[in-house]
Amino acid sequence: MKKKVSGGDILIKSLKREGAEVIFGYPGGSVLPIYDALYDADIRHILMRHEQAAAHAADGYARATGRPGVCMATSGPGATNLVTGIATAFMDSSPLVAFTGQVPTALIGRDSFQEADITGVTLPVTKHNFLVKDVRDLTRTVKEAFYIAKTGRPGPVLVDIPKDVSGGMAEYLEPGPVDLPGYKPVVNPDPAAVLAAAGLIASARRPVIYAGGGVVISGAHGELRQLAELIMAPVTTTLMGIGGFPGNHPLSLGMLGMHGTRYANYAICECDVLIAVGARFDDRVTGKVETFAPEAKIIHIDIDEAEVSKNVRVDVPVTGDVRVVLQKLLEVLKGASHPAWVDKINTWKKEYPLQFDDNGLKPQYVIKEIDRLTGGKARITTEVGQNQMWAAQFYTYTRPRSFISSGGLGTMGFGFPAAIGVQVACPEETVFDIAGDGSIQMNIQELATVVSNDLPVNVAIMNNGFLGMVRQWQELFYKRRYSYTEIYGPDFVKVAEAYGAEGIRVTKPAEVGTALEQAIASSRPVFLDFVIEREENVMPMVPPGESLEKMLG
Amino acid sequence: MRHTLAVLVENNPGVLARVAGLFSRRGFNIDSLAVGRTENPVVSRMTIVVEGDDRVLEQVIKQLRKLVEVLKVQDVTKEEHVDRELALLKVSADPSRRAEVIQIVEIFRAHIVDIGRKTMIVEVTGDEGKVNALENALKPFGVKELVRTGKVAMLRGTKDITMNGKEAAE
Repeated sequence: MKKKVSGGDILIKSLKREGAEVIFGYPGGSVLPIYDALYDADIRHILMRHEQAAAHAADGYARATGRPGVCMATSGPGATNLVTGIATAFMDSSPLVAFTGQVPTALIGRDSFQEADITGVTLPVTKHNFLVKDVRDLTRTVKEAFYIAKTGRPGPVLVDIPKDVSGGMAEYLEPGPVDLPGYKPVVNPDPAAVLAAAGLIASARRPVIYAGGGVVISGAHGELRQLAELIMAPVTTTLMGIGGFPGNHPLSLGMLGMHGTRYANYAICECDVLIAVGARFDDRVTGKVETFAPEAKIIHIDIDEAEVSKNVRVDVPVTGDVRVVLQKLLEVLKGASHPAWVDKINTWKKEYPLQFDDNGLKPQYVIKEIDRLTGGKARITTEVGQNQMWAAQFYTYTRPRSFISSGGLGTMGFGFPAAIGVQVACPEETVFDIAGDGSIQMNIQELATVVSNDLPVNVAIMNNGFLGMVRQWQELFYKRRYSYTEIYGPDFVKVAEAYGAEGIRVTKPAEVGTALEQAIASSRPVFLDFVIEREENVMPMVPPGESLEKMLG
Repeated sequence: MRHTLAVLVENNPGVLARVAGLFSRRGFNIDSLAVGRTENPVVSRMTIVVEGDDRVLEQVIKQLRKLVEVLKVQDVTKEEHVDRELALLKVSADPSRRAEVIQIVEIFRAHIVDIGRKTMIVEVTGDEGKVNALENALKPFGVKELVRTGKVAMLRGTKDITMNGKEAAE
């Protein structure tokens, strides 16, 4: 008979079996048996300063590597603090496995100290979740959790473990094969659907490829590029699709939608065949749905069949893994060219470039300088708001997983902890969080984490003293009534220094380059406080609910 | 239009919450929902009546299929099927009016399952129309309490909706 070990030991062993290298977590009473097992384990634990940040850091790790990120929290408040991070991962289809402690099974349902029904709470924001009631179910549950998180359309899975389960004793037994009769992701597309898509593509005179996060997730960037070059179709990406197609490619249209480029939105309005690849027709992309791609037949390639015809009508749905579908499509497609169409788009590109003036210190300039000084090779995370849109517009992303941002949920406070996960995953790379002065204050406590773990994350704060995007909407749609969007911030340089990081303030364009060089060269975390023009706007902009061609700016 | 869905799910705690939560979160309108175990003890079957056009129905089915513990979803509305629900009605019935009530109950092939001093409980099984008709017929006597199970449905003939069964055409 094998030796019995604790549930905590079984969990750690199961995590190692799944290839987990690092846990982003925060200890507490209900996870003590697990933390006790961690004490001797050769698995890295990053002690965060808030559970929300632990979830975002695990998410950032997952987005940078494509492997599931792992976070851990105690029961009750620890668990509920994870919820925003879990919901963020859910909306952006990021593989996250969250472990929470739970009060002992005998106390569940009695409103015990630090008890929360976290499986109930996270039901709508997880791909699936588990409450483990028997220590003997732990290995199987962990295996299923990782399998569900990373296969099909990835997403967060939560595993809730009562203290008597993690503290209970059992033999560690290798789990059997995953057997989930109700869960069978469709990877290979129906050949007839692929042929139908190929036929429609062959008939196109003004094709446009609209690529989303699914391209990045499935690792289909190579195939996407081949497809675009083969059929000479311009490619526009969603926010989540950034990096899925090289931003410096002649066929790149940049981002589409509310803050997309004029030429991307015009191309959508005039295309006759739209090839949607791993994208889900979010309202920030489509604008007014009734007038989205009005002349186009739409092909929709996605692993999640529920996305097909959810928001827009689709003519040819192809369900399957984006990469596999593109490979099959490339086998049957013949080359094509559309010189008049490409010429027209190139004319738009010349006529309507993304631009900004140089009156004062402009965020767009700062981001272009980050691009120049990192050679476009940094991993960029963002917070949410104007900083995020400028980071999407003015940095040239040439590889997948280099732009990491909360798209679906729009979570302020995401970028800094996500950058921690990215830096842990990619220790040799330069990592920048592009932040706003509002957003950075939502998880600023993680300065302690970067300092204590020697993570040289750079945070470029676009400091305009406002909740900038909300202010922009107030300016445009609420007659400049800036209701509670002027926000007081601390002296970010001093805050950084107080935590043991570096702080640099920049107020003039001439100082930007030197400050960035200093930050990039530093082996310590750096807060760069860019005091930018207060009322700079993100342009162009499609007003909410409008058609894509009706852009301001 | 109303659609009747047969949904096989794993017989685990919390499955009902997942399904019901999906409906409320996505704004789908449940008309009735009946759930119980099947011939296979690890599988439960839900019969869900949902209101919506074809687009809503398509989304409902696809979203249900995404749930890990949902094994099978089928719209039986357009298939040949039998559906039933059960209702209990507590009717005011003084001894003087009992005969009238019993007569109506017999016409509907329902049953009297309890008699009190002033009330009777009537049990009826049938499709929705029959249960509605009986309710209307008994209303003049005073229906003090009414409880309905919601619809359960099964395909006619050799087709079935089981884990091993042949799928009916969709």
